[in-house]
Amino acid sequence: MSKLRILVGMVAKFLRLGCKRVIDFAVKIRVNQSKTGVETAGIKHSMNPFDEIAVEEAVKLKEKLKDRVSEVIAVSFGPQKVQEVLRTALAMGADRAVHVDVKDDNAATNLQPLAVAKLFKAVVEKEQSNLVILGKQAIDDDASQTGQMLAGLLNWPQATFASKVEIEGDNVKVTREVDGGMETISTKLPVVVTADLRLNEPRFATLPNIMKAKKKPLKVLTPQELNIDISPRLETLSVTEPPVRVGGTKVASVDELIKKLKEVGVL
Amino acid sequence: MSFTSCLKTKLPTFARRAGIYVGSKPRFFTQTALLRNASVPVYPSLHTLTEEEITIRDTVAKFAQEKILPKVQEMDEKESLDKEILNGLFDQGFMGVETQGKYGGAEGSFMSVILVVEELAKVDPSISVICDVQNTLVNTLFLKYGNDAIKEKYLPQLAANKVGCFCLSEVGAGSDAFSLKTRAEKKDGYYELTGSKMWITNSYEADIFLVFANIDFTQKHRGITCFVVEKDFGVQVAKKESKLGIRASSTCTLNFDGVKVPEENVLGELGKGYKYAIEILNEGRIGISAQMIGLAQGAFDHALPYTLEREQFGQHVGEFQGMQFQFAQIATDIEAARLLTYNAARLKQEGKNFVMEAAMAKLFSSRVAENAASKAIEFMGGVGFTRDYPVEKYYRDAKIGSIYEGTSNIQLQTIAKLIVNKYKS
Repeated sequence: MSKLRILVGMVAKFLRLGCKRVIDFAVKIRVNQSKTGVETAGIKHSMNPFDEIAVEEAVKLKEKLKDRVSEVIAVSFGPQKVQEVLRTALAMGADRAVHVDVKDDNAATNLQPLAVAKLFKAVVEKEQSNLVILGKQAIDDDASQTGQMLAGLLNWPQATFASKVEIEGDNVKVTREVDGGMETISTKLPVVVTADLRLNEPRFATLPNIMKAKKKPLKVLTPQELNIDISPRLETLSVTEPPVRVGGTKVASVDELIKKLKEVGVL
Repeated sequence: MSFTSCLKTKLPTFARRAGIYVGSKPRFFTQTALLRNASVPVYPSLHTLTEEEITIRDTVAKFAQEKILPKVQEMDEKESLDKEILNGLFDQGFMGVETQGKYGGAEGSFMSVILVVEELAKVDPSISVICDVQNTLVNTLFLKYGNDAIKEKYLPQLAANKVGCFCLSEVGAGSDAFSLKTRAEKKDGYYELTGSKMWITNSYEADIFLVFANIDFTQKHRGITCFVVEKDFGVQVAKKESKLGIRASSTCTLNFDGVKVPEENVLGELGKGYKYAIEILNEGRIGISAQMIGLAQGAFDHALPYTLEREQFGQHVGEFQGMQFQFAQIATDIEAARLLTYNAARLKQEGKNFVMEAAMAKLFSSRVAENAASKAIEFMGGVGFTRDYPVEKYYRDAKIGSIYEGTSNIQLQTIAKLIVNKYKS
């Protein structure tokens, strides 16, 4: 029975101004002036909610399996500010953090899922992890690609949209939420798991843990050190807001409804 | 070469490095670049917090929104503190912010305490004061004056699950605290406490009571001593006050009828209790100030969005200039109060004298809170006056700010004394 070295990842963010962490889910977003993305300057950012669930799962596994888990390492990619979410992960219970520093100077360093997956692979190999837990998707780009691509690059099995994870020996049993319902799969370590909403409810970092987090090690690496080419393969042509919803009308009876539907040409 | 003409021509290197761009709009430049003197120090504003303080503040804000907000109205109506929320405060470490790690605390800064109290007050000033008393009055007394044995025994309990309270006031001793009548008679190996305390925050939930009693009335206030009294020693919790505001926070009368307190439970030195009380209340003042600014901000944050939705006379009421002028005034008041509070906290952390600044902060913040809450109701009009909306609660909660932990008149007296002394000498 091998020891578990868990790597928890902050899924790559759609970098416009280099914000690795995502815009807080409660913020009302606006398309920026140049119509190439969303306005991010001065906006509140926080950890991607699905990544919070991933961190929580990793910490829970550590608490449950105790000595079996040798380390929980939190990883994130992006500029300096990304360290904020790493500190939160440390405060939630991760042991170490790795920050892959990607400067956000220009659009060329717009980190896309493939680049993140490649960087991730490099970190996984460096840290010799055997269990990677990611959020299923990031709430800024909703790509839902990094986990799957990473598994492909590593040639590991993947268990995406996990709503339950059980580990016994080297066997991993994952219940997934799929369109048709729930699917339970069985696989072996090493494996990439992506966390779905109902996997757990993330804890609030307690104050003592927040204060202890600053003493935990945080290593900074660069894509150059890891020998990875992170140039984007996709170019965003434009970003626009969805069309404004036009109000409908209320109908008084079924007959009127049918009449209206015929008028519109649907019936 | 004039400054403006300098911008229009090719800039020398120092200007370029400082980020001045050639173009139609002159940009903001660093003082260092202009003075070519890098040794001029730049101190951060009071808006600057350490990374931990920011994380702590955000965590408390999140906890307050998700766990406390749903129960605020219920607790206010029932005049009781929800057990789950109290447990939550302990589990999150909010009840032992400054306490050392070895006693189970978070080892946070005093500024962190202020931020915790402020964020809690934005959602519920009652919960905020419970946390404030525990941290700034109870924990601090133990941390500052307790010997190792007392600290080891009680601080972990206070951080983990036991509520503490500060028992100074009596029916006949409010502002004139030192005229207290509770007596402590020295016996063989213990003291016997007899008397009654009134207006004690947290007393209904408390297990640990810091009681100020006089061991020798001939010494007047120099006989006042602080005792650590456990509920089991025989503390009787009598009447729970029914209040206008902060109703979820318990305020009770306590009776001590020959309660036996072992000698080792004397906190600090005999006869020094009066001193401890004054010093502690100076710090507690900053905490109350934080509660008041949180309250003001919370009320304001509820009312303003409403005015931007409510339409009258063909526009949102928040768009009328008259309303906007009032918003600006309140926002300015809150910012000023916040800066007074944060600065007093920073002075304390620096080890500098902060008595006057703390008094000013509390005096001003309580006024600002009362006004802001009152205005918030007005901004919301009729609905603001109903119990269905949260602003009326802020209005009721605000009133206590000018009364407890030193009435506004006492604050004025404290400030005046210090100012006059300055001019005398």
